[in-house]
Amino acid sequence: MSAAPILSLQNVWVEYGDKIVLEKVDLDILPGSFVSIVGPSGAGKSSLLRVILGQERPTRGVIELDGQPLAPECGPDRGVVFQRYSVFPHLSALGNVMFGLECEQAPFSARLFGGARKAARDRAEAMLVAVGLADSMHQYPAQLSGGMQQRLAIAQALIKRPRILLLDEPFGALDPGIRADMHVLIQQLWSDYALTIIMVTHDIREAFTLGTRVLALDKRRHDPHAPHRFGATAVYDLTLNKKSNPEAPEKPAVLEIAKTQENA
Amino acid sequence: MRWVNRHPKKGERILLGALPVAVLLIAYLIVAAQRHADNPFDKILPLPGAMGQAMSALMFQADQLTGQVTFWADTLASLYRLGLGLGIATLTALVVSLVLGVLPPVRATFGPLVTGIAVIPPIALLPILFIALGLGETAKVALIAIGVAPVMIRDIAAYIAALPAEQVIKAQTLGASSWQIMIRVALPQAMPRLIHAVRLALGPAWVFLISAEAIAADVGLGYRIFLVRRYLSMDVILPYVAWIALLAILMDWALALTSRKAFPWAEGQGR
Repeated sequence: MSAAPILSLQNVWVEYGDKIVLEKVDLDILPGSFVSIVGPSGAGKSSLLRVILGQERPTRGVIELDGQPLAPECGPDRGVVFQRYSVFPHLSALGNVMFGLECEQAPFSARLFGGARKAARDRAEAMLVAVGLADSMHQYPAQLSGGMQQRLAIAQALIKRPRILLLDEPFGALDPGIRADMHVLIQQLWSDYALTIIMVTHDIREAFTLGTRVLALDKRRHDPHAPHRFGATAVYDLTLNKKSNPEAPEKPAVLEIAKTQENA
Repeated sequence: MRWVNRHPKKGERILLGALPVAVLLIAYLIVAAQRHADNPFDKILPLPGAMGQAMSALMFQADQLTGQVTFWADTLASLYRLGLGLGIATLTALVVSLVLGVLPPVRATFGPLVTGIAVIPPIALLPILFIALGLGETAKVALIAIGVAPVMIRDIAAYIAALPAEQVIKAQTLGASSWQIMIRVALPQAMPRLIHAVRLALGPAWVFLISAEAIAADVGLGYRIFLVRRYLSMDVILPYVAWIALLAILMDWALALTSRKAFPWAEGQGR
């Protein structure tokens, strides 16, 4: 690990009352990596994502983005795509993507006019073309299929060029065929835009197909009388060497490792 | 075929909808004709001819005292009060509920107050309004506004607060400030709900209008009804009531149409 981490979590704890969700999470994420986070339900995957997103403040510990402590608030340096409700139903696809540009350039009216609007529109159109929504620019989200809505949500996030893109089970509600298309798309965008991505998923296969690094969250210790008193942390942290070719043959080997570690 | 599966076609729907109305009208005519056969001077259930005569005097001839055509002066005065009251209530509701719905500290501070005001029966405030604002237009408009605004505020603020949290988070990751979230995320999504709330508020607004006019006014639909009541002038009261119903239906229909045309994205979202 020679390069400086883009995101660094040091001794992060998340507690709700006396329930400990995450305990002692230490994590360095390198620029350009695609980190998949897997784990059983209730293991704090989404809590971890919320803390990184700034939606929640960790009870203890420090999170640094580019070496700077993170404000406990969401900001444009971290983009996000949720499983649902990620797009604004009252804006067309184009309006959804332009939203980020309008907020940045027009603090009071949050609307652009004339040349500035034209420029924002051109950028938004290019982004929509990049995610394959060239034909649906003027449709409202309710008129788009689930997969198209997720494409839109990704385009909307990417127009802000976030330092990190956070994906919270982004493909969980999609059909298998659509999901495969989305995998191709996100992999393409990841390499085209040199993104750093953190993705929470239920799907182990998806985690290994897409990720360059797979984190498994789970509880290290378990007290049967007070199960809520131990939190989850990263129990496995696997770095996959497949920078060049996503279909590289080391995949089965990696799955082997996961299996042996599971049995351990 | 089960009744739950019998969906009337459009033509059938109109026919079916008109049926009870026609039955009621015919029943009225039969009973009124019977009463007039017994007593040609019956005033309680006037025949259409008598209603037409009474109304044409009010609709087409200027009143000798005021120089105005009574029916249209009443309509204008009532619509002015109703429109102003509802307009003030709607605008207030929109601004207040946006702030309440989007900003948690404001909700914590003023939420209980709004709830408290909303449970006061507005008619109980009418004497206070008359004492404080006099018997003029202000008190009547204020009664309508105060009567319907709190309910609208509560409804729309709750609706805005219930917008998916993901949307607010997403807006922040796109760089939006609290102000921008209010005007670009919450406001447009609250608009269809606002129109819906106005439609529901129309009923109470009419109640408050007629009450205020009945107690203190010199012109207005409610004033006229309560005035001619002294002479048992059902030939004026019944057409006035029908006219109020027609106005209310037209307003409701216009609001529904506006909502459909102006917010196509809200189509098919169960609200």
